[in-house]
Amino acid sequence: MTSATATDANPAGTGEVMTADGVPLRISLARARRRSRNRALLLVAPLFLFVLITFFIPILSMLFRSVENQIVGETLPHTVEALQQWDESGGDLPPEEVYAALVEDLRIANETKTAGKVGRRMNYEKSGFASLFRTTARRIKRIEAPYKETLIKAKKDWGELETWQVLKRESDAYTLSYYLAAVDFSYTPTGEVLKLPDDRSLYVGLFWRTIWMSLLITVLCLILAYPISYLLSTLPVKTSNLLMILVLLPFWTSLLVRTSAWIALLQKEGVINDLLVWVGLIGDEHRLTMIHNATGTIVAMTHVLLPFMVLPLYSVMKTIPPSYMRAARSLGATPFMAFVRVYMPNTVPGIGAGALLVFIISIGYYITPALVGGQSGTLISNFIAYHLSISLNWGLAAALGTILLVLVLALYILYDKIVGIDNMKMG
Amino acid sequence: MTDSPPPLVRFENIQKSYDGRILVVKDLNLNVAQGEFLTMLGPSGSGKTTCLMMLAGFEPATHGEIFLKDQPINRVPPHKRGIGMVFQNYALFPHMTVAENLSFPLEVRKMDKPERERRINRALEMVQLGEFGDRRPAQLSGGQAQRVAVARALVFDPDLVLMDEPLGALDKNLREQMQYEIKHIHENLGVTVVYVTHDQSEALTMSNRIAVFNDGVIQQLAPPEDLYEKPLNAFVANFIGENNRLLGRITGVNGDSCTVDVDGGGSVVANSINIGGEGARTTLSLRPERVAINPEPGSLPNIFDANVEELIYLGDHIRTRVAVCGHDDFVVKIPNSSHHASLEVGNSVKVGWNVEDCRALDSSD
Ligand SMILES: Nc1ncnc2c1ncn2[C@@H]1O[C@H](COP(=O)(O)OP(=O)(O)OP(=O)(O)O)[C@@H](O)[C@H]1O
Ligand SMILES: [Mg+2]
Repeated sequence: MTSATATDANPAGTGEVMTADGVPLRISLARARRRSRNRALLLVAPLFLFVLITFFIPILSMLFRSVENQIVGETLPHTVEALQQWDESGGDLPPEEVYAALVEDLRIANETKTAGKVGRRMNYEKSGFASLFRTTARRIKRIEAPYKETLIKAKKDWGELETWQVLKRESDAYTLSYYLAAVDFSYTPTGEVLKLPDDRSLYVGLFWRTIWMSLLITVLCLILAYPISYLLSTLPVKTSNLLMILVLLPFWTSLLVRTSAWIALLQKEGVINDLLVWVGLIGDEHRLTMIHNATGTIVAMTHVLLPFMVLPLYSVMKTIPPSYMRAARSLGATPFMAFVRVYMPNTVPGIGAGALLVFIISIGYYITPALVGGQSGTLISNFIAYHLSISLNWGLAAALGTILLVLVLALYILYDKIVGIDNMKMG
Repeated sequence: MTDSPPPLVRFENIQKSYDGRILVVKDLNLNVAQGEFLTMLGPSGSGKTTCLMMLAGFEPATHGEIFLKDQPINRVPPHKRGIGMVFQNYALFPHMTVAENLSFPLEVRKMDKPERERRINRALEMVQLGEFGDRRPAQLSGGQAQRVAVARALVFDPDLVLMDEPLGALDKNLREQMQYEIKHIHENLGVTVVYVTHDQSEALTMSNRIAVFNDGVIQQLAPPEDLYEKPLNAFVANFIGENNRLLGRITGVNGDSCTVDVDGGGSVVANSINIGGEGARTTLSLRPERVAINPEPGSLPNIFDANVEELIYLGDHIRTRVAVCGHDDFVVKIPNSSHHASLEVGNSVKVGWNVEDCRALDSSD
């Protein structure tokens, strides 16, 4: 559009082409283009705004929350400043000025009722901080100089080196401690990174469990969906529509109803166990535990997510002309070979789309594992939900969520490298 | 083709129904000789594809038996029949290159690599696509894809190749060129071809014999020139080439000839081919180029008054529509030679023809 490139492209230079009314062709073309571009922008604007407000901003805010740590600096500004001078690895408690600054900060905090908040934040780093801040703030009126002595007398934690080390470490406006916690690491009071002991590790195992269960669910969906989609794509339209309704039925029933149905089927006194006992396959005292564990999650989620596999597979298979298989057969291939070498490769776009869809949905699935997962069948998202709504540790929830997001993106890129995203075919 | 070598393919009393109510192929008997180019020609829905599919093994025959080299093949699955096939939409495998497509039938036959490459190159040379081995089917033009499909059906040296309207998707020029090429390949390789089309000029150009299908029945099986010159029934006479029909009733049979009272008036002496006895109804069939305009009186056995209705100038001949014997769709082709007096619409003329050129056939439709 710049005039430089226009003259480059037109080396003659002198005779610029004009439209009938004497405007240079180049300019009037650019004008026409601009008009259609503006119209296109106008058309996407509502969706763009919607996505911006409901998707990008929340995600950015989540990313921000996972490292954000302003509360300490905001609530205890004087203390944080005074602590700058203190050498935390020297082995001595901070000097009197630091205690004085803390008392001043807590006086204000007590009035603005923010002491509890900072206490709760610090409690993520070291348990006991919440009550330490709460009680100290409550008694702050009675604390008098020399502050160091009285504070330690009031709460002996203030006399411990570790309390101050942790406080100093978390006084920055940004912290990585949520991410460390999300991968089962933590800081020592002096700021070194340390792996948590196995009995306190939780999230890495949970991530792995989420990944392998999602993989298993994806594979199960594929195994179940492939023959069904094949059948659907070869049947006459009337029959295939009817069958398609059966496949889509899970979409139309409430998730709760379906899940309760699974509970009724799978529980110890449930239909399947009753049947197995009645047939004599298992003894009455050896009833299988199939719900409130990983099995329950896998069965129920496979059922819920099956349509997401069937639809892309079906739509791809429908476009494969039957003459491909016939051609392969006429060229001498057994039905099996024709299927493996000709039919299957042509369904890869559908397999890819379905698998990616099911895997990504299940990796962040929440409700079904929450209802039927019990202890061993809960996924990472259940813990994100727990930290969001029960423990209120939003920073950790955000860090876990961000890791999940990165996992999904990595997977997407991997898929693009291997299969090619333009090869994918949704419904 | 009658006695000497045994036929490569033999259909014996083949019947086929898809729904258990309608027979789409009715009692088909057909022999295909070794090295023959046999075309199944017929209107849409006449059962041509069905016959081909039964031969290829994709549809079971409802009744009867098909023999390949004297072996019954009803129970032989398609991949063991060793029959090459060219599909209408080519059915090239889109995820394989051209060379891989050609390699497929060789790989499933467990041929070793040098042999495969030799054959692939030979087949690609045969269809003049030597440079195209690395292309994907999507990168080929219609004609090129068509050639690859032909090469793939031939690369494993089958004795028999089936082609179901292989040129249906090509434009007219390309189609004519491909007809020539396929014919050429057939002659060079000596392979037997069963070809399906509903384009009669395609059938006439390419085939050794043509089986004209209608309504699940072979109406006539004959070499192209016989089909045109000596149609055995009204359907074939009408389906192949241009034809004048005069409907009438037989009033007398006299050896090879018969007298027919045409419905619109006039009595015609015709060559009796396929007729009932006296009093039966018949269709007279007469090629437009066998009709003479204003013949010398008495020079032809059939001479009638006619009225010129329409003249169409077509360069080498003038297509003239006249009303004669109460039929106003009677066409005469007048060669464009200078000594012919030019006609005008509305002129009264005389038209005449020989007994041998006017064939009395069955009365159907
Ligand atoms: N798979 C099928 N199921 C049921 N009926 C079929 C099937 N295939 C073909 N028919 C019917 O059988 C009859 C013959 O069909 P066929 O395809 O053999 O005709 P064709 O001669 O090849 O026609 P075209 O020139 O249109 O290809 C038609 O009436 C058709 O409707
Ligand atoms: Mg057909």
